[in-house]
Amino acid sequence: MSFTSLKNLPLKESLAPGHRLCDGCGIPHVVRYALKAVDDHSVVIVNATGCLEVCTTPYPYTSWRVPYVHTLFGNTGAVASGIVETIEKLSSEKRSQYFDVIVFAGDGGTFDIGLQALSGALERGHDFLYICYDNEAYMNTGNQRSSATPMYSRTTTSYAGKAIPGKLERKKDIIGIVVAHGIKYAATASISHWRDYMTKVRKGVEVKGPAFIHVLQPCQTGWRYDPALTIKMAKMAVDANVFPLIEVEKGKYKITYRPPKKILVADYLKPQRRFAHLFLPENDHLIRQIQQYVDQNWERLNKLEKFSETG
Amino acid sequence: MKQKSVALVGDQAVAHAVRQSNVDLIAAYPITPQTIIVETLNEFLSNGELSARYINVESEHSALSAVIGGSLAGGRTFTATASQGLGLMQEVLYVASGLRCPIIMAVTTRAMSAPINIHADHSDVMGSRDAGWMQIFCENVQEAYDLTLMAFRLAERDDVLLPIMVNLDGFLISHTMEDLKILEDSVVSEYLPPRVASLKLDPERPMTFGSFALPDYYTEFKRQQVEGIENALRAAPEEWKRFEALSGRKYTVTRPHFMDGAEIALVSMGTSAGTARYAASKMREDGLKVGALSVRLFRPFPSEEVKKALVNVNVIVVMDRTVSFGAYGGPLFNEITPLLYGTNDSPTIANFIYGLGGRDVTWRMMVDATEIALKKKKTGEKIPKAQFLGVRE
Amino acid sequence: MRRKFLSSKQKLKGWKEMEMGGTISTPGSSVDFKVGEFRTIQRPVIDLSRCTKCYICWAECPEPCIYRKEDGFVEIDYDFCKGCGICAEDCPVKCIHMVPEAE
Repeated sequence: MSFTSLKNLPLKESLAPGHRLCDGCGIPHVVRYALKAVDDHSVVIVNATGCLEVCTTPYPYTSWRVPYVHTLFGNTGAVASGIVETIEKLSSEKRSQYFDVIVFAGDGGTFDIGLQALSGALERGHDFLYICYDNEAYMNTGNQRSSATPMYSRTTTSYAGKAIPGKLERKKDIIGIVVAHGIKYAATASISHWRDYMTKVRKGVEVKGPAFIHVLQPCQTGWRYDPALTIKMAKMAVDANVFPLIEVEKGKYKITYRPPKKILVADYLKPQRRFAHLFLPENDHLIRQIQQYVDQNWERLNKLEKFSETG
Repeated sequence: MKQKSVALVGDQAVAHAVRQSNVDLIAAYPITPQTIIVETLNEFLSNGELSARYINVESEHSALSAVIGGSLAGGRTFTATASQGLGLMQEVLYVASGLRCPIIMAVTTRAMSAPINIHADHSDVMGSRDAGWMQIFCENVQEAYDLTLMAFRLAERDDVLLPIMVNLDGFLISHTMEDLKILEDSVVSEYLPPRVASLKLDPERPMTFGSFALPDYYTEFKRQQVEGIENALRAAPEEWKRFEALSGRKYTVTRPHFMDGAEIALVSMGTSAGTARYAASKMREDGLKVGALSVRLFRPFPSEEVKKALVNVNVIVVMDRTVSFGAYGGPLFNEITPLLYGTNDSPTIANFIYGLGGRDVTWRMMVDATEIALKKKKTGEKIPKAQFLGVRE
Repeated sequence: MRRKFLSSKQKLKGWKEMEMGGTISTPGSSVDFKVGEFRTIQRPVIDLSRCTKCYICWAECPEPCIYRKEDGFVEIDYDFCKGCGICAEDCPVKCIHMVPEAE
């Protein structure tokens, strides 16, 4: 499968139009690129409750052209485990066709309520790919904070008011958590860098055992920017080192994309009204703090790339 | 039909039934008093005697979620839990029945915390009575074995397709050794061949499971579930007749004892049904026309059979092994009383809460309860409020 | 301007005819729901004479409602276009323009 140009990508659309996702939503890109990357595999989608699930399956309409299951919000790790084990048994007994399991879950269903089930599934080593589409809050229920919400972001449960400037906690390092389980493949990706993302999805499906990909998905409704800028926002996040593109193979870290021209964090934050309060003169030090954390994290990843070893 | 006589504790009997049943996926989390089920299954697995895939999940919520996944993938699935575990799975229970997954779950009934108590009562399963699962109460180890086998067939019927809880009283059956007869592996294998699911996750026929139903659709899906669970009223006796041919053991939705011409009835579920039968026999010796009725199938509730059995009884002692806090009576009382509304000579129905947290109930206590009920009848109090049997004031 | 919404014109099925448990057995049935009818502000128009067939708009449309044709050019299906403007924003030769829907 070659990812040399968009022209050569498979034409099959496993996600049909007519879904209810917002105009300019970044989730279809997470799904479409992933499924095109493994177009030659039979797949089954396990989906957590969230934007993708609600907007693609309002009875009797479904946008899915592949087998799909949704049960609850915080159990996709467990449901995927059950499906993988059963299908391995049934296909070896010729009672069913073999297929790969791909999980799509939001940051809510991955970082928070779904973390336990994810942890269990990773520890037990089931063979599946888990893709987390991260819009940095519980967007489907109206933008409440999650542990993936970046520091100082305004959400409805971390308002930016006179006393508190938005969410005070830093974003959870989900890659660190996932890698600690000793899995063979983990990566971050962005919908702006389709080639990098699709290569990683293919690697994730082909590796034997659990694989995890964390994809940044800009959300115009929650982050509050012009819907036409979705892909550009994703690119800016990568270029500002806010969301570095890395992969971790058996514990060895590697940065897969180095922005040729780094931009300031402030340039990334400015178009998003969820960060508007940071541009008040009295909050200047907060932007500097974010820049400092972004730079420290980039330093850390560079060191990890240099010093980490295959485990 | 050749059967083997063995001595097992209830949990082991359930594990044997699962081993023989061509189960594809088991996912369970240990909790007292179900632990022996999971331990025995793991022992079978390590000796190559169990062909199922086994997932050692990290919580009960994940246990039921995993078997739903397995069930939708087309496999036959099993899990087991009790008390807090059942509590943790609450949201998943409704999903299992809503998605029509024929999952079998053994529940070693145990009291709900707080305060924490590991012994038998029905508060855990009664808390889930509206989740859309079928519920069967076993009285002894033989029943735990037999009813687990029969549950797989009943659940997977196209006219039912609903999950089942096979309830065995914690410690009283789960850890009690009794002699029982188990069928030959080959006989069970023929009775329960590998599952062929009609609706499943299949790349050849891509389907969407678990869609989002808005107000103009949700009600119809629930109506479908009602149809499925009520079909079980007819399907269960059919399946149990088939089992009778294999085992020689007869099962009915209720088990009546001395109910013909009875003027007083002791109604209960689970292990204390045996005590009730003994109490009834003792009271018969004293000339009282007492019968005992054990309800085996609780969900769907066999209204017709229970009504038929009780319609001519004057004094009914209904014993509930759980409290429905704030309600007039316990769950079994609430099921039975409306059935007898308006029947000739409205009977006296006295409800007693007993055996909570594993508290022992003796036949003498049941005699006391009957005497209290008879007193109520004399004073004309038809439906007194539920009272505790055996509480220290 | 009168708007017609497909779902409100459909006769809803009874419980005996509906699929069990909310299962949908027709893959991609959402193509029957023309979300393009909700579009109120703007729509994209492609100037094919300047199109270089880079397919960025095809890849980046969130619906997706930009299709690749036999002749290699692309076509927008306005039945599903929500008017987000990503195609116009990201076209490298700026041959896609957003025009007000009212026109």
